[in-house]
Amino acid sequence: MLQFDDVLLAQDDFRLTVDWSVGAGARVAVIGPSGAGKSTLLSAVAGFFAPRRGRVLWQGADLGPLNPGARPVTILFQDQNLFPHLTLALNLGLGLRPDLRLSAAQKAQVDTVLDRVGLAGMGARKPPQLSGGQIGRASLARALLRARPVLLLDEPFAALGPALKAEMLTLVGEIADETGALVMMVTHDPADARAFAALTVLVAEGVAHAPVETAVLFADPPPALRAYLG
Amino acid sequence: MARGPVAVIGTGAAVCVAALVLLPLGAVLMRASTWPAFAPGDGQAVWFTLWQALVSAVVSCVLAVPVARALARRRFVGREVLITLMGAPFLLPTIVAVMGLIAVFGRSGLANQALAAVGVPPLSVYGAQGVILAHVFLNLPLAVRMVLQGWQAIPAERFRLAESLGFAPAQVTRHLEVPMLRAILPGAFAVIFVICLTSFAVALTLGGGPKATTVELAIYQAVRFDFDLGRAALLAGLQFALCALVAVLVWHVVTQAGFGAGLDRAPVLRAQGVGPLLADGLAIGGTAVFLLLPLGTIAVRGLPGLLELPDAVWAAAGRSVTVALASTGVTVATALALALRVSDARWGAGVIDAVALLPLATSGLVLGTGLFLLVQPWAAPSSLALPVTVAVNVAMSLPFVYRLLLPEARVLRADYGRLSESLGLQGISWLRLVAVPRLARPLGFGAGLAAALSMGDLGVIALFASDQTATLPLVVQRLMGAYRMDTAAGAALLLVVISFGLFWAFDWWGRRYATV
Amino acid sequence: MKTSILATGLSCIALAASAETPVLTVYAGDYFTSEWGPGPAIEAGFEAFCACDLQFSTGDLLPRLMLEGQRTQADVVIGLTTDVLARAREAGFFGPHGQDLAALTLPVAWPDDTFLPFNWGHTAFIYDTTRLTSPPATLAAMRDLPDGVTVVIQDPRTSISGLALVLWVKSVYGDQAGAFWSDLAPHILTVTKDWSESYGLFTSGEADMVLSYTTSPAYHIMAENDLSKQAALFPEGHYFMAETVGKIAGTDQPELADKFLAWVLTSEFQKTVPAANWSLPAALPQADWPEGWSDLPLPEKVLFLTEDAAEALRVEAVEEWRAALSQ
Repeated sequence: MLQFDDVLLAQDDFRLTVDWSVGAGARVAVIGPSGAGKSTLLSAVAGFFAPRRGRVLWQGADLGPLNPGARPVTILFQDQNLFPHLTLALNLGLGLRPDLRLSAAQKAQVDTVLDRVGLAGMGARKPPQLSGGQIGRASLARALLRARPVLLLDEPFAALGPALKAEMLTLVGEIADETGALVMMVTHDPADARAFAALTVLVAEGVAHAPVETAVLFADPPPALRAYLG
Repeated sequence: MARGPVAVIGTGAAVCVAALVLLPLGAVLMRASTWPAFAPGDGQAVWFTLWQALVSAVVSCVLAVPVARALARRRFVGREVLITLMGAPFLLPTIVAVMGLIAVFGRSGLANQALAAVGVPPLSVYGAQGVILAHVFLNLPLAVRMVLQGWQAIPAERFRLAESLGFAPAQVTRHLEVPMLRAILPGAFAVIFVICLTSFAVALTLGGGPKATTVELAIYQAVRFDFDLGRAALLAGLQFALCALVAVLVWHVVTQAGFGAGLDRAPVLRAQGVGPLLADGLAIGGTAVFLLLPLGTIAVRGLPGLLELPDAVWAAAGRSVTVALASTGVTVATALALALRVSDARWGAGVIDAVALLPLATSGLVLGTGLFLLVQPWAAPSSLALPVTVAVNVAMSLPFVYRLLLPEARVLRADYGRLSESLGLQGISWLRLVAVPRLARPLGFGAGLAAALSMGDLGVIALFASDQTATLPLVVQRLMGAYRMDTAAGAALLLVVISFGLFWAFDWWGRRYATV
Repeated sequence: MKTSILATGLSCIALAASAETPVLTVYAGDYFTSEWGPGPAIEAGFEAFCACDLQFSTGDLLPRLMLEGQRTQADVVIGLTTDVLARAREAGFFGPHGQDLAALTLPVAWPDDTFLPFNWGHTAFIYDTTRLTSPPATLAAMRDLPDGVTVVIQDPRTSISGLALVLWVKSVYGDQAGAFWSDLAPHILTVTKDWSESYGLFTSGEADMVLSYTTSPAYHIMAENDLSKQAALFPEGHYFMAETVGKIAGTDQPELADKFLAWVLTSEFQKTVPAANWSLPAALPQADWPEGWSDLPLPEKVLFLTEDAAEALRVEAVEEWRAALSQ
């Protein structure tokens, strides 16, 4: 269970309070106006933004003392999810051992995962030689290798076309099924939320509201969401 | 969120650098027997020092912009070679550089011969114009390289975006190039300003006389000639204050360009039309002639002597290379530690940044004298000549290498800091897999610079030198002192070739490694 | 492996031998010990009879002594020039040389019991006969050189020869020295930090005349067979400079040091001076000078400032120079 225990995220004029929890393995869309704090919410889980007050807990343990790399979390950013100077195989290998001293078995695992996401035989390529969709797949492949119980998506597919994005979301779904991960996904698109996430968190006006069922939320949007949806 | 060991090493490096600079200064102050006083002419020296450094730095930076832009957006045969060669003047030992400049711009130089051929009366290089000319000759290459790196650091994606938005050239300049220049130029200006601030043999010779007295000359006089350590410390303190002032100003002016990361795709900087083509051709051609002609005369002058150099010259060359390589290793490691520390830290970054630039403001002579005082109770200074030379070389080249690394280290943090952290990539693995490969280009360039600067250094060794530890610049000086001008020219050419060879090798490594 | 053991053994023996051989540490000017300087010949000559190991330590002389103070390693210091003797003496590191000065052949009286001269020369302007056909015949003529004739000199604040020049002008012109500099100023192409840069400018054809020494033509004549470089000799006289050797008062090798000082005055040593230092021997009758040296044109009149006189004039003379050339 991921729990926000009376959390206040604050910087300069920005304020965001969070106080709810969500079960392991859930799929949660995070929606809300630009600048409301969707990315900040994810950053707090990933360890890039320390709460001013309160705690973030996973399975009852406080995540506060843990460095980002030590948290049970994989996060995909909007961009820069791969190091451009490293080959795909090495970029993926980082998910298994950050020092890249990979055993033969681990190297085989990388190949298997590449194959799994449809990038078979491309392990020697570098990110600049890839298309946006391929980069997305490779980032997800590493998430699969890391197999952390929380997967945070900070709009990594925002730049992709609708068909490609749908394909990626399908892949995310498959990976979440395989690893049993809790997925929190920032999105602007209600369609994405409806297609992918059973639960949705609305972030607006300084509050990250407790997750509610996506269908219910969109059936009767609260005023803040209505304003956002237009 | 400090990156544990890297942050600790960075802080430790800063402490060492501060000690290396401040302890000798303290030792000199302690030994000063008389209460220092300013002398007549000091005011004029300060004024001239500031004025010429300001003009030299401004001219170098202003000229560097069109040249770097031309080099960034044109592809032609020999471009890489030209870029590397154009870096050479910065690496010249001053005495050699002066000879090369005079062979071109002097009273009987090539330029005046050309003027005479078309009936124009000769122009004199000696005077303020000569000082500026020499300083621009020596430092334009550095400015060009720094600005060129800035252009190359703008991700190709941004230029594509600009193109896709149908930006006119003026808009590209406003939205992409000006922010980059605002980030790069203050640093380039500061570095060149400080180099020119501490110049003295070049300024004196080309300045044509005591009008061109700099503070550094007064320090030299106080240390080597009058043995007035109090005055040396006073003047060193004054010079220090001038440099610190500039450093503080620049610290406030520097902005981050904030282009974000790209995918290492080759930049597509395009310029169409005859006008830009002519302008670029003029910028590249003019700079090449200006920078390469004096180098050519040095080669021509030295070639005969190069073929029959005595053994002592080769032995000294070997020592110089050893010293240069040792200095380079320590310099690059220290600069990297400092740059990573400053780019990361939430606390103390300003202090550490100032420490990294501290040696620039320090007079090498005062530093050498202080080290002598510190070392002498414990060991015979001459037995430590080479280690001390390495230490001083490190101090003197550190700020340059650090300055080259810092902006790119910041970019590295901004673009890949979170990714690294989220993957738990830290410590040695992070250095090996991320920092060194991502910073390979400035690391290689910086290492080349450090090696070449260490080859040419002469200032501090005189107190410590023994015959067994003579370095190549010292041997050049001795040859000239013994009337062997031809042999000296040959040895000087050897010095230039080695300096440049080292620079080229490191720079090449960096560029190659960066693209692998 | 065997060879390295052998080498180690040999170096141990060498070390043991050197431990028994007394070492005479001689501080010398930077030019001294290179193969183009006088050092190697002096070392070989002295070690041939002293049963000692002479070790040169080169670099700055006076600054180094001042920094080291009583802890100096030096037994003997060679190469201090006349114009720094006052300060060297005042520092109090040197003891009496104890040598008989009768052998000296200097053109000036030398009653000094601390510093022993071993070579000498005078400052002079050197010109190239192929470029300057009618050189100035007097120092006064330097004040109105023809248009376009250029001179390169050294900075008296950083160079010993540059300092000698301002003292030369001061001793000839006294209160009018500033006026001399103002007159010469348009002809001064530039001022360099040290002698070698100036001389390089001259030999490369950039300047018509260079401040150097009366003995400079000897190098070109003897080493290059080039007769075109000549010293302009002036009836007003030329400024005398000598290089000296002195014994550190607290030396732990007083006998060896005395032996070295005595050897400096021998004709064997003195005969090595001209071709190694490109200067004149201090204790050798002109008849005994090496071949070619007797023919070298030298000035009739020698200007010599005692060290006290030089020290008294130094600051003022340099400031006059600076002020006149900074206009």
